[in-house]
Amino acid sequence: MADEIILLDFWPSMFGMRVRVALAEKGLKYEYRQEDLRNKSPLLLEMNPVHKKIPVLIHNGKPICESLIIVQYIDEVWKDKSPLLPSDPYQRAQARFWADYVDKKLYELGGKIWSTKGEEQETGKKEFIECLKLLEGELGEKPYFGGEKIGFVDVALVTFSCWFYAYETFGNFSIEAECPKLIAWTKRCMEKESVSSSLEDPHKVHGFIMGMRKRFGIE
Amino acid sequence: MAEEVKLFRTWSSPFALRIVWALKIKGVEYETIFEDLSNKSPSLLQYNPTHKKVPVLVHNGKPIAESYVILEYIDETWKETPLLPEDPYEKAMARFWAKFGDDKGCSLVFTSIFWGVFVKEGKEQEEAMVEAMENLQFLEEELRGKKFFGGERIGFVDLALGWLANLISILEDVAGLKIVGEDKFPLLSTWMKDFADSPIIKDNWPPRDKMIAKFQALRDAKLAAAASK
Repeated sequence: MADEIILLDFWPSMFGMRVRVALAEKGLKYEYRQEDLRNKSPLLLEMNPVHKKIPVLIHNGKPICESLIIVQYIDEVWKDKSPLLPSDPYQRAQARFWADYVDKKLYELGGKIWSTKGEEQETGKKEFIECLKLLEGELGEKPYFGGEKIGFVDVALVTFSCWFYAYETFGNFSIEAECPKLIAWTKRCMEKESVSSSLEDPHKVHGFIMGMRKRFGIE
Repeated sequence: MAEEVKLFRTWSSPFALRIVWALKIKGVEYETIFEDLSNKSPSLLQYNPTHKKVPVLVHNGKPIAESYVILEYIDETWKETPLLPEDPYEKAMARFWAKFGDDKGCSLVFTSIFWGVFVKEGKEQEEAMVEAMENLQFLEEELRGKKFFGGERIGFVDLALGWLANLISILEDVAGLKIVGEDKFPLLSTWMKDFADSPIIKDNWPPRDKMIAKFQALRDAKLAAAASK
């Protein structure tokens, strides 16, 4: 029986993009459904009644929510192709730790950069760069966080990279100047079809955030 | 080679108890190091430089931090009495409910109960109570047809949510109101009793009088800070 896979998503979401990358890594065909977050579909509300958020993966009618939980699910079901998590329990724990770190820090700090001004924005920028530097340190000399191939942490983090241009513009700073190795890593990831076909154009993302800033009255 | 397992935690955190329960359920011998978070040990800072928090598990010298990461590591390393289901979908569901009931800022259950109901008063508390009830209702429904969240026996989600079975009654005593009423939440109330009285679980709760004192002080401080604004 063919698998039926549906992804409920919203195009600029770096969380939805994680799922797109994972599905592409596994070579899976799926139906992509765009949600209007100001007018959520009955399907989204039915499939994620607790949080009412995207992304939601619907596999043969059964929903899975929360992007990192979805990515692990995809990795476990389609385990024979392009494994994203290592097999050693300690290395798996390290991968989960760093993916969790990305989740805890980057979205909120990035949000401060595009949606605040003055001292709050400066603090956001400073902490954001500190986080990226820590991640850069964790990457070390490896080509990917997953080692020789992209892994769980790569998928968790790389989707933020198409928001970097927007962060840099609204925050008036250069991420590459502060974290050149990390930017080199994002370019290396973008050479992969699974990543380049899943991430959005940074200028389009910038336009989307500009629209949000107008709506929230941020100058 | 003998296993060396160390657990860094505080005496009061019911969240770190998740790790204690998991290790004991699996029969793993370990050493506890109690931390004073106002005076963190050099070892803790060395083992968890990123967050500088507890709990931290150190297995044969290698540290693991973040309680759910530690729980999954324990489940994958000591395979007897599995905590997570085998089936990938059931596993995803367990991870989802564990995250929903977590003590982290994004978690709805803890945030609405602790930061909403417990440390507030008056109208703010009433509004937070409505939200807390909605979140608890999801857990109530998840228990339908089951004794534990894990089914017939305690599993990952029970350990993740186990803090409710201890902390709720302490918060209720200190704040002077009912949060998980038996009439509104019959299944959750029964689960809290069954879980709290289960073997291994029941031997590891922190001293109640000390917890009451601690949370009374916490509430007083938060209310005072709010009043002085």
